[in-house]
Amino acid sequence: MSDQDHFVEIRYAQKSYGSLEVLKDISLNVERGQIVAIIGPSGSGKSTLLRAINDLDPLTGGEVWLDGVQVNKSLPHRQYEKHINEMRQHVGMVFQHFNLFPHMTARENVTMAPMLLKRLSKAEADKLAEEQLDKVGMLDRIDYYPSRLSGGQKQRVAIARALAMEPKLMLFDEATSALDPELVDEVNLVMKKLAEEHMTMIIVTHEMDFAASVCDRVLFMDQGVVVEEGPPSVVFKNPTKERTREFLRKHLAGAA
Amino acid sequence: MGLDFTVVPGHLDIILLGCAWTIGIALAAALLSFFGGIIFAVIALYTPWIIRQPFRLIEWVFMGTPLLLQLFLIYFGLVQIGIDLPAFVAGIIGLGLHFAVYNSELIQTAILSVDKGQMEAARTVGLSRGQALRKVVIPQAVRDVIPPIGNNMIALLKDSALVSVIGVSELTLSAQRAIGATYRPFEFYLVAAMFYYAINLCMEWVQRRIERRISISR
Amino acid sequence: MDIDLMMRVYPFFLTAAWTTIQLSVLTALLGLSMGALGASARLSRFALLRFVGAAYVSLFRGTPALIQLFILYFGGPQIGIQLDAFEAGVIGLGINAGAYMTETIRGAIISIDKGQREAARTLGLSQWQATYKIVLPQAARLMVRPLGVNLNMLIKATALVAAISVVELTYTAQRYIGSTYKPFEMFLLAGVLYMIIIYATGRAVAWLDRRVQIT
Repeated sequence: MSDQDHFVEIRYAQKSYGSLEVLKDISLNVERGQIVAIIGPSGSGKSTLLRAINDLDPLTGGEVWLDGVQVNKSLPHRQYEKHINEMRQHVGMVFQHFNLFPHMTARENVTMAPMLLKRLSKAEADKLAEEQLDKVGMLDRIDYYPSRLSGGQKQRVAIARALAMEPKLMLFDEATSALDPELVDEVNLVMKKLAEEHMTMIIVTHEMDFAASVCDRVLFMDQGVVVEEGPPSVVFKNPTKERTREFLRKHLAGAA
Repeated sequence: MGLDFTVVPGHLDIILLGCAWTIGIALAAALLSFFGGIIFAVIALYTPWIIRQPFRLIEWVFMGTPLLLQLFLIYFGLVQIGIDLPAFVAGIIGLGLHFAVYNSELIQTAILSVDKGQMEAARTVGLSRGQALRKVVIPQAVRDVIPPIGNNMIALLKDSALVSVIGVSELTLSAQRAIGATYRPFEFYLVAAMFYYAINLCMEWVQRRIERRISISR
Repeated sequence: MDIDLMMRVYPFFLTAAWTTIQLSVLTALLGLSMGALGASARLSRFALLRFVGAAYVSLFRGTPALIQLFILYFGGPQIGIQLDAFEAGVIGLGINAGAYMTETIRGAIISIDKGQREAARTLGLSQWQATYKIVLPQAARLMVRPLGVNLNMLIKATALVAAISVVELTYTAQRYIGSTYKPFEMFLLAGVLYMIIIYATGRAVAWLDRRVQIT
């Protein structure tokens, strides 16, 4: 067993596709209530690392622990399935392309998993959906199908869907990258609200301003390794590594 | 009764001959269906209403009824109006027309998707409408439809088995002849199936090669 | 055109059309079941099942349906399968149609964005729950139209059972052509009935397709 005292603990994470190494021995600890941003150029492995946390992209080496339980246990297929489904119920995930279920209304998107997995009654689930959709400001569109929602609205419903399972940890995989610029703020606002409620969050993002304003800690990744790590004030204002400086220079110049 | 494949080699000559007929008939019908398809498509798209409508009707009938029924109509119908053709010619005509209609659908879509600008560009350099069609539009459309027409041709090969019913001595009827002599239906139909399958695999291989070449030439 | 003759024989064509409809319905049901099984096999995580599925599709789509029918009906007794012509027709054509439907169903399933399954899995749904709650309902909507095309082909393919003497529309037309030497009239009778069946089916499929679309 582990000498666990971190909420999320990633130890020596390795991931390779054939001879291509995407993650090279990455270790990372996140405490309860912390908000961590992962930044870096595309192809740096930041999404892969995030997706390894709920074993969506299984690691080829290393361990992921969540709240004292190892996520990527090696188990026989059936037992592993049972274990991972249970684990994932506690980890909410938000995708770049929303992945809302197009054949379900916003309400049904939110109620489906709690009804199926937590055996909530229809009435209980409806109440939950109303709460969660209200929280993300989507109560007025509760019975809309995703095809009639804007990108920002879809993403807010997707966040509500994840929250409805009452996760201990939320993962955001470039949640605003696919949005038109004018729709980014409404999603950021919801994420800020979650931060104020002390939700533990790991956020892969391209938005330096947002990362600087809400996160406790920033990781800069490049070519499968963590190049620099620290509070936003240090990483953004006084980076110690040349690679970080270069990335920020390019990125902030591009953004401006 | 059991199975006994030792009877097969003794009748392999008739099967192989049937195979040759199948390939010949399929090839002839394929050519007919290809050029017929182009002609039907041009008629459907570029002729006045009065000519177009009867062809629409023919298309509609050919797509709405079974090939076997069409073969009976053509075979017996031609005799009825005084044209006594050998069964295999009637079979080729039937298969060819049937698939010409399906090819025509594909070619029409392809012609319509060839950029309008192509026709205009051809007309501005002085080509007539017919010349522009022949030299510019149709060649491009044909290139687009070769892969899906390949699928139709594979279907045509398999459907060529139906002409056995009007007495054409191709692979299926040859198998029946061998069965008549040996009372071994399972063995000989299975052998026939294997030959069809082999020809089919060859066609798929050719189709893949052509598709690759087309995708390279773009 | 010999209208009198047509008026005399049309009741036989109506009876035959009913047989064609029965054949089509039963074949379609068997074909759909085989297609569902075949698609499950082709998408299985077990390599052996995937191979069996692929072989089924390749062999039955790669050889003439008529030959498959003959093997079953004429060759079946040699390996202990005794079927009457109608049964052989339904089973033979159903298995054949199933190979085409396998590809239709599989195509619809794999065209569903893989983010859909991922999103379901991250909520904690099992592989199977994600399949039947998220992937299949979306795939089913995509299948209606292409399965309609399969159905159209299948109805026309029922004519093949004329070759094993099932008294359906094509067999009836063939018999009356032989006895009356009036191919056009007989074609007209059978053809109109086929086109009615196919047109009605097409409308039903279009209606269903509209109904299942998400508004």
